[in-house]
Amino acid sequence: MIGTLYYRWRKIKSFIMSSLCFLSAILALIPLFIIFYYTMSKGLSSINWAFFTQMPKPAGETGGGMANALMGTGILISLGSIIGLPVGILAGIYLSANRTTMFARAVRFLTEVLNGIPSIVIGVVAYIIVVIPMKRFSALAGGVSLGILMIPLITRTTEEMLNLVPHSYREASLGLGIPRWKTTLFVILPAAFKGIFTGILLSIARVAGETAPLLFTALGNRFWSTQLDQPIASLTVFIYDYSKAPFDDWNRQAWAAALVLIMLVMFINILFRFVTRKRYA
Amino acid sequence: MVSFTKEQIEVPKSDEVKTSSLSVLFSRLLKPGGKNVGDFIFENTTRLFAFILLSLVLLMAYEMFSKSLPSIHKFGWGFIIRTTWDPVHDEFGALPFIFGTLFSSLIGLLIALPLSVGIAIFLSELSPHWLEQPVSLLVELLAAIPSIVYGLFGIFVMTPWLRDKVEPFLGNHFGFLPLFTGPPYGFGMLAAGLILTLMILPIIASISRDVMKAIPGSMREAAFALGATKWEVIKIVLSSSKSGILGATLLGLGRAVGETMAVTMVIGNTPGISSSLFAPGYTMASVLANEFTEATSDLYASSLIEIALLLFVLTIILNAAARFIVWSVTKKYKADY
Repeated sequence: MIGTLYYRWRKIKSFIMSSLCFLSAILALIPLFIIFYYTMSKGLSSINWAFFTQMPKPAGETGGGMANALMGTGILISLGSIIGLPVGILAGIYLSANRTTMFARAVRFLTEVLNGIPSIVIGVVAYIIVVIPMKRFSALAGGVSLGILMIPLITRTTEEMLNLVPHSYREASLGLGIPRWKTTLFVILPAAFKGIFTGILLSIARVAGETAPLLFTALGNRFWSTQLDQPIASLTVFIYDYSKAPFDDWNRQAWAAALVLIMLVMFINILFRFVTRKRYA
Repeated sequence: MVSFTKEQIEVPKSDEVKTSSLSVLFSRLLKPGGKNVGDFIFENTTRLFAFILLSLVLLMAYEMFSKSLPSIHKFGWGFIIRTTWDPVHDEFGALPFIFGTLFSSLIGLLIALPLSVGIAIFLSELSPHWLEQPVSLLVELLAAIPSIVYGLFGIFVMTPWLRDKVEPFLGNHFGFLPLFTGPPYGFGMLAAGLILTLMILPIIASISRDVMKAIPGSMREAAFALGATKWEVIKIVLSSSKSGILGATLLGLGRAVGETMAVTMVIGNTPGISSSLFAPGYTMASVLANEFTEATSDLYASSLIEIALLLFVLTIILNAAARFIVWSVTKKYKADY
């Protein structure tokens, strides 16, 4: 009798705890939907053609857009890619080819360390090595900070994606007498291309959403500028400035810019998921 | 029968080599270590870039250290425990910021940990197969949202809600605790902690899930065979993945400590040390974000860079410890397969 009661209690307890776990999953997803809902409802109405093509209006006037910020983010990302892509991809190839050497282990560990360093600290470093010598804030400094942020992300995806390529590919190619470097460049890399490419897109999406390292490197600019040695506008700093402003119209535009950003990031993330999942199967 | 020793046979060959030693040298240069030239170039190019990555981290540490020397000389270790932050009189101490960083991260961690372990359990042990992928995708999307968007959400949605609903409620019913005293501003430690919860939750959840999934199924089967209920099996899985979850927690803490924009936008940016969750605060990252461009004197800039250096060292320690734990755990269970 007591045995059955105790058994029943264990069953009930199991049920309660399982429900709590389910509940925590739901609880975590609620904020996600709230954030989506607010960016949609507050941002969608402000997105129109003028928003993408016009310049910011002076304070107090309504309307205007963020053409310069879009352009600026594009330039900053390109600069970051010029720095981050070669280092990331080649270091990733090295790590995937030399999995067990001491040096490779050290580099792999430092990749993780670099990945964990707060982006604001990377901004400080870019300030020290670019802004101080140049004596001014510049797009270049912003690009350097984004590039440093991209390096560990790209190194890691490249290594992971290369490791996913079946070993038989390499063996078959080497068996045909093709040298190692040609095997890596023309057999292994193309096989992993899809994964690496979306991984690169993912890291671009990640740095496109970065604000902290741009605050004192690229600074921001209310005017149209494409010069690399001048301060430059960016989408994220635009959101930051406009969210602090006491004008409703500016707050509205901050939401619209946030919506653009969030759409970009979501799209790339889901794409990445899709591509890599196919690979596993 | 004439027999040759090994040396005798090889003599003419070595003569041949001597006569064309130049060509040997040449071919050695072209094929270092008996490798293809292309291989040599390619491998060393990739090695060079791996080396660049390594030296980058060292360069970062060196640059920040050398730029913060003036502040280190002036204040020494006292920098960490001094509470004055007075740019006008060039007096700097980082304690309020260190306190703000640790306090807000701790709030975030305390809320995020049970939630994310719950999610990890759900994903790895309970969820039906068709639900697992979409839920983990959604949880990971939480990590993909840029922190500036969290900040925007914090300013316009969360802080008004905290100010009007949550903080008055907590103040009225639990006001006797030092945690819930003071006027409800909305902006403050609680807001920062809640935003951080959202940001570190997906990290802890997804790593814990991976760790739990790496535990061999035979362990669960054995427990079920002994008549354990679902929850008792989960407890066994949890106890084996304890150290993995600890690693995930440290990683989450590392993220929380360095989080800048979202926290800066909701924490209120007032240096001070208070035990109340409602009080505004200031973190190491947000003081950098707010004051770095305004640093007028050299000592001011140097003190800010020293704060960046402290943050750098703190996150490196947290990440290194976390990686070490996560790696050793997953390796242990992978070896069991």
